[in-house]
This record gives sequence, C-alpha cells and structure tokens, in this order.
Amino acid sequence: MKKVIQNIRRHPMVHIMVIPVVAYYLIFHYLPMYGVLIAFQNFVPSRSLWDNQWVGLMHFKDFFSDIYFTRLIKNTLSINIGLLLVGFPMPILFALMLNEVKSKRFKGFTQTVTYMPHFISSVVLCGIVVNFCKSTGLITYILTLFGFPKTNLLIVPSMFKPIFVGMNIWQNLGWDSIIYLAALSGIDPTLYEAADVDGAGRFSKMWNITLPGIAPTIVMLLILRIGRLMSLGWEQIILLYNPMIYETADVISTYVYRRGLIQFDYSFAAAVGLFNSVINLILLISANYISRRVNETSLW
Amino acid sequence: MNRRALRKPRISVFSVVNTLLLCIIVVMTIYPVLYILFASFSDARMLTKHEGPIFWPLGQPTLAGYKLTLSNPNILSGYKNTILYMIVGTSLNLVLTSLAAYALSRRHYIFRNALMIMIVITMFFGGGLVPLFFVIRTLGIYDTRLAVILPTAISSWNVILMRTFFQSLPEEMEESAIIDGANDMTILTRIILPLSKPIIAVMVLYYGVAHWNSWFNALVFLRDTTLFPLQLFLRETLITNKETAADTTSQMLEESFTRELVQYCTIVVSTFPIFCVYPFLQKYFVKGVMIGALKG
Repeated sequence: MKKVIQNIRRHPMVHIMVIPVVAYYLIFHYLPMYGVLIAFQNFVPSRSLWDNQWVGLMHFKDFFSDIYFTRLIKNTLSINIGLLLVGFPMPILFALMLNEVKSKRFKGFTQTVTYMPHFISSVVLCGIVVNFCKSTGLITYILTLFGFPKTNLLIVPSMFKPIFVGMNIWQNLGWDSIIYLAALSGIDPTLYEAADVDGAGRFSKMWNITLPGIAPTIVMLLILRIGRLMSLGWEQIILLYNPMIYETADVISTYVYRRGLIQFDYSFAAAVGLFNSVINLILLISANYISRRVNETSLW
Repeated sequence: MNRRALRKPRISVFSVVNTLLLCIIVVMTIYPVLYILFASFSDARMLTKHEGPIFWPLGQPTLAGYKLTLSNPNILSGYKNTILYMIVGTSLNLVLTSLAAYALSRRHYIFRNALMIMIVITMFFGGGLVPLFFVIRTLGIYDTRLAVILPTAISSWNVILMRTFFQSLPEEMEESAIIDGANDMTILTRIILPLSKPIIAVMVLYYGVAHWNSWFNALVFLRDTTLFPLQLFLRETLITNKETAADTTSQMLEESFTRELVQYCTIVVSTFPIFCVYPFLQKYFVKGVMIGALKG
C-alpha cells in the first residue's frame, strides 16, 4: 500500500492517463460481464437488474433441452472445425510455396494479389457470394459443369458449409500467410547452407529445418484459433444464411442474436451467450495446457 | 542467392509445379474481382440473363449502372456517415490505445501487470451481445452516433501491438526527460509518439479499415437510418432482397432487370476507395502483422 501511494506521488500523470482506458474496459467489457447476471433471471428491461425475479439455472436447462440444442452445437463445431481443418493449414502451405519462389517480382505480385481480398468488407464479400450462388450465378454455373442441379446454392443445406469455408479461404489465404512468411524469414540461412553441404534435398530441408523453424508460430496461432473456436465468423453467417438452411447454418452466436435482439428473449439469449463464452474459455485453457505439456509453447 | 543459382542452373519440376499452382491461386483470387468489374459496366438486361464467366462487359460498355447506383441517396448518406465514424472513431482509438500502450510499457507504473490482466481477460471472455445491448441502452447512447463509436474505442490486440513497439524504443531519452522533470504525458507526446510514426501508421490503417467494414454494431445499436454507415445500406442492396414498394408493375419489372447490375456497381463503388489505396499501404499492414508476430 505504501508502495502504491509512493508510486502515485512520484508519477501521478500515468495514473491519470489510464483513467479513460480503465473506464472504457469497465463500461464496455466488465459491465456486460456483470450484466450477464440477467442469464439467471427473468429479466424485464423496465426493471433494474436487482429487482428482477431470479430463476437460477432455468434458462440453461431450457437451452440444454431446446429442440435446437444439438443442431446448434453440431453446426457451431462442424463449421468451425471445417474452417480449422482446411483454413488453418492452407496459409502455412501457401507460405511454404511462396518461400520457394526465386523471382522477387512474381513473389511480390502474388502477395499483393492474395492479400487484397482481406480488405473486402464482410457485407460486400457476402453480397458477392450471394450473387455468385444464385441459380444464374458464377459458382452455380461452374458446379453445373460437374453435374450439379442449377439452383440457388444458398437454399441447399448441404452446400452451406463448403461455401462458407471456401469464402473464408478466398478472403484470408494470403493475409494469414504473412505471419508465417515472417517466421520463415527468421530462420537462420546457415542451417540451409549446412544442409546443402550434407546433400539434403528440398523436401528433407523443408521437413527438418523449415517446419521446425515455424512450429512455434503455428502452435501459437493454433491455440488462439482454438480459443475462438465457438465464436468465429458468425457476423458473416448472419449475412449469408436464411431460414431454409438454418438446419446446417445456424450457430450458437446467430441463435443468440435472433432470440435476444429480434425475439427479445433477453435472459435466455444471455444464458446461451454465456454458455458459449464459457466453452470458448475452456477450449482456450485446455489447448494452452496441452500445448505447454507437449511442446512447451504456450500463451502464458 | 546467386551462388545457389549457379549450382543448380536447371529448372526443376518442383519449381514449375509450384509456380503453376501459385498462378492458379492468383487467377482464382483475381478473377471474381474482374468478373464484378466487367459485370458493372454491362448492359442490364444481358447481365440478368447471362450465365457463366464474363471476360468483357456484356453488350456496349455503359455507365448506366453507376448512374443508377449513385442516384441512390442512401449510398451518399452512408458514405458520409462512414467517413465520420472513421475519422472520429480512429482518432479516439489512437488516443486511448496510445495511453493504454504507454502505461503498459512503463516499468515505473505500478499497476502495469494488473492493467494487462484486465485487458487480456476481455480478449477471451465477454458478457456477450445481450448484456452489451443493455449497457448501451442504460448509458442512453442507443440510437446515437456514440453507440457506433464508443463500444469499439479500444482493440486489445492493437494495444498489445503498440505496447510491444513502445517497449522496443530506447530508454535513454526518456530517462533524461524524467531528470528534467517531465511528466508522463509530456514523455508520451514529446518523446515516444514522435518516434512511433510506423506503429501509428499501422494503427490508423487497422482501426480505419475496421471502422470502414463494421456493420453489426450499427445494425444492433442504431435505428435512425440517417445515422447508418455505408455497410448497412450495402447489406440492404446486396443481401436483404426486400421487396421494394414499387407503384406500378412496369416499374417493378424494370427494377428486377437492373437489380443485378446495381448490385455489382454498388460493390465496386463501395470497395473502390480501399482497393485504390491498398497497394500503397500494403507494407504498413504487413508491418503490423510482423510486429504482432514478434510477441504473439
């Protein structure tokens, strides 16, 4: 305590400077965390938080026995794991491919082009996808060449996941590779020279030098990605889905949005949202724990 | 580089396949963009009927679609609002992010770790959408411009990025400033920030693009259409195919013919500014990712 007072006396300004920052976090992050208490109530907006009827875990129980519960969990996991399995390794592969390119100009050109889609806004990107997936759209046309029926793809439940994953890869392949390219440029070139002297081939060098060199980056990003496994991409899903494909496209976060802010089921939606956050946190902590055990890379 | 080239003069199968694959990726990335561009200059009726790829505007290249698009008053009002949110929002972002990053990078700030923990927690856990909605309502900023600007006033990732940069700055100048009796605000504005132009550029770009793209907060926290950012109007034009209340059937028919053309023109009009500046700014964005990579 004495130390704190001394610190404030000696450097008063820095304590004043953080006030707006702390205020922001308290109001827009910690106040909602406190507000999540409405998940345990039958919340009526006209009453203050403490005047509402407490119902304990009722909304959670309701959610677990909701007819959509299994569907939501299944979709959330399936879409995000699909995104993880395909979308996560592709930028790594792409970075490795770019790394092998000798011509600086070709490499630069490829990078400029593939980073570009990252700057298309979600609304526009989804608008493009909606257009391309119409029955006369470009993607539909290409698929009809392979024998698919000519129809609006966004009303076919089985098509949603591939479209969504494909769209994300198209937008982020290049951008997500930057961090790996940075890691690749950090690998000591003498290692490659030594391997050349030993007569190592291209793939042997890739396996024994390049991959171990970027492994910490890969693991770190993987942990972060798993920590957001339940919360990625739902703004885009809201833009793309429609009641005809809720069966495969409705995820927990979109359900929260519909139940909470469209149907005004505040407490129930808050409970579902809290459930989602908690699962996310558990995933992050376990991923971090496993990683620390297995290869000593961890976020904390 | 040269030595290696001398040793291996022949072109390997690997590099041919590799280059070919990369070319395919480039084409797949760029073609949809070209398709939209060609479509936007096309004849409305031909475009509506057309199926399959386009390699040149259909029919006589025309600006008719753009005329229709720009005659939509919402696009203009959306643009104005978005620019306002970008300027005000980004300025606020910069001030708060610098303050937070500065405090986090000072060894003499006793609550440094506490503040860091407070920030990091919010990166992985949150109350969720519904409680935030009520915070906005309780604050009385629902359906005002502040509801779009304030909730995203700080991005924790960017704070950490900036802190990492501040930590990498040499400490000597700052020490002499402290001896001269300068306070923390002076150190930040007179010493640290002038040395931080690269990271400030990165921040302006990151925050700026985030404001440009954001639409969900506006959807949830705004009602008054005169406050809507561009993206919300884009959503209306591109995605929500709501039935427009047309007076006559002929007008409806005409609209259904031009709808697709207008959609493509809208995409171009709304994305053009970012694409124009992007090649010049690319290196700053990339730099941001690199700084982030150092600390993870």
